[in-house]
Amino acid sequence: MIATLQRAASAKPAPSADSARVAVHLSQVAKTYRAGAIEVPALKAVNLEVPYHRFSTLIGASGSGKTTLLNLIGCIDTPTSGILEVCSQDVTVLDADEIADFRARNIGFIFQSFSLVPVLTAYENVEYPLLLVGVPAGERRKRTLEMLAAVGLVDQAEQRPNELSGGQKQRVAIARALVKRPQIVLADEPTANLDSATGAAILRLMRQVQTESRTTFIFASHDPQLISHADEIFTIRDGEIVEHRTGALQ
Amino acid sequence: MSFLWKIIFRNILRNRRRSLMTGSAVAAGAMAMLLFGGYVGYIFAGLETGSVQQNGHLTVFHKGYFLFGPGNPAGYGIDHYQDVMGLIAGDPVLKPMINVLTPTQSLVGIAGNFSGSVDASKTFLGEGFIPSDRDRMGQWDEFHTGSTKAPEPGMSDADLSRGLVGFGLARMLGLCGPLKLASCPPMPAAQEVASARAGSTVNKDLVNLAQQDNGGRAATTPAVPQLDLLAATAGGTPNVVSLAVAGVERQGVRELDDNFIAMNLGLAQQLVYGRGEHKATGIVLQLKRSEDMPAARAQLAELFKQHGLDLEIKDFGDLNPFYGQVVKMFSGIFLFIAMVMGMIVLFAVVNTMTMNVMERTNEIGTTRAMGVRPGGIRLQFVSEGMLIGVLGTAFGTLVAVVIALSINHAGLTWIPPGNANPVPLRVDMFGKPGLLVGTWITLVLVATFAALIPANRAARLSVVDALRHV
Repeated sequence: MIATLQRAASAKPAPSADSARVAVHLSQVAKTYRAGAIEVPALKAVNLEVPYHRFSTLIGASGSGKTTLLNLIGCIDTPTSGILEVCSQDVTVLDADEIADFRARNIGFIFQSFSLVPVLTAYENVEYPLLLVGVPAGERRKRTLEMLAAVGLVDQAEQRPNELSGGQKQRVAIARALVKRPQIVLADEPTANLDSATGAAILRLMRQVQTESRTTFIFASHDPQLISHADEIFTIRDGEIVEHRTGALQ
Repeated sequence: MSFLWKIIFRNILRNRRRSLMTGSAVAAGAMAMLLFGGYVGYIFAGLETGSVQQNGHLTVFHKGYFLFGPGNPAGYGIDHYQDVMGLIAGDPVLKPMINVLTPTQSLVGIAGNFSGSVDASKTFLGEGFIPSDRDRMGQWDEFHTGSTKAPEPGMSDADLSRGLVGFGLARMLGLCGPLKLASCPPMPAAQEVASARAGSTVNKDLVNLAQQDNGGRAATTPAVPQLDLLAATAGGTPNVVSLAVAGVERQGVRELDDNFIAMNLGLAQQLVYGRGEHKATGIVLQLKRSEDMPAARAQLAELFKQHGLDLEIKDFGDLNPFYGQVVKMFSGIFLFIAMVMGMIVLFAVVNTMTMNVMERTNEIGTTRAMGVRPGGIRLQFVSEGMLIGVLGTAFGTLVAVVIALSINHAGLTWIPPGNANPVPLRVDMFGKPGLLVGTWITLVLVATFAALIPANRAARLSVVDALRHV
């Protein structure tokens, strides 16, 4: 039955002229929420290009629209208008199953509250994304153990999330996001629920993994530590990108 | 175990108490359906057994007897019935199916008791049969109900004069004392006088006829009580025979009990046909297996058509409408109980799965973000409901088996409606694969369908909203 959850991601390539060099391309993207009769604009005509293989950060005050933007890039929300291309794919034309398949293959998520599946062990949580893209059992086991080793949790492989500390949970979440070797990893306030020492350790780990795997990381964060590690810093205010700076590697 | 089932099974264990309560509701439904279904099945088997022991599976009548014959049994007798029986018995298709093939003679008339101080008469419904054949029919128990009939007391093929009467008829004809019947009040003296006065003309005629039939012997009180039976012969003339009452056979229906007389076929034929050709009103076929009934009926019809015989065939359901009525009534009750249980299971599973979806909304958002399709979420929750249904039904079946075995071995008895004697009380669910399979399919389908409602809701959740859910 798990076969129904496993399938190759579909693709309807419709890249823009220069989208091949960027992981994410947004053109005049707007997102408006409805609260009864009132329309609340969360994003207003955002233009954004996030390059591949970089450690990028969206910064901004609470309610500025960074989580909305991250959700759009992660293909878990749809824009009200505009062009949204992720990994050269116009994701607005994909149906629910196609978009799920696209996420399964191309995007990894790290959530603020870890969001591990509580009935699965650390090993099984990391293994889960590989099942969704139909990786064979032997390869699955090898990659899962490698990823757990990379985040230093081989000894905790058989423990359930409720038996792990906050830092360990976030390490499992990082391993889960990276194990399928996605094009993009999205993280919304990944260190917000951790103490500063653990947050710093997690940040170093993510940076190390990103450097080794050359994965595109995009964060939404307030954390100054995290911002100081970023290659690209996008500042968002009232639903608009107001500043783009290059950071650590520049 | 596949990954999906691992998640499903662990989620069921995660909310142990809730899953247990829902599983218990399913188990209660399964138990109720299986036990009541088994009980109903046993009632059907018991009724069919009783009917087949008494009337056989099929009865061959002269055409029109079923509609008009009971009022004039002599006029609707089967000519040369022994030849017809020979034809049936010799048929290669029917022969291996038949357990007992026997003639019967129905009759109506007046029974009188004029012995000693008693002077009472009463109309009766008589049935003539061959006692040894009827005894063999009474042993038929295809469904192992344990309710075989004891041989007819005091009747034998050799002694034509002996017969049995209904308990009510015995009471009305003043036979309580001579037959030493318990709980049977003797006829009051005043009633004797009134009865004698009211029926004096008829009774005198009956006494005279009886004396003629007995060769002018004086009426005395014999060791075995005697009844004089008066009936019209096929030619329309009155005829009288004496019946030695060997005992009482209680009938479950009061009207029948007040009118019933069983006698040897020869005596019944002597009364109805006198010195003329002896016929039979029916030829009874008791088959070895009830499932052969349609085939036997078709073959009989073909046989009669081939030989140009003007005969009709009725089954025990035609002859005993009570059977059909009881079957319909209990089937209706069973259906009602099944529907109530189905509704309980439906609401229990809907409630549980709705709570599960609510509690796991964030988890749904996470897995959807990871790339699980909406159909995958739906499948997970539907499978969870189905598994609760399967586990609950399995547990309910197990408990039902234990209860059924306990009841079947407790030696309980009951008197079914229309019966005069107690029969074993059993729950017959083991020989009913249809009941077991039907219960399983029904409850598992209901549980699965019930889970589909919250599962659809889970599948349609917006990923963003699900992730925001606390």
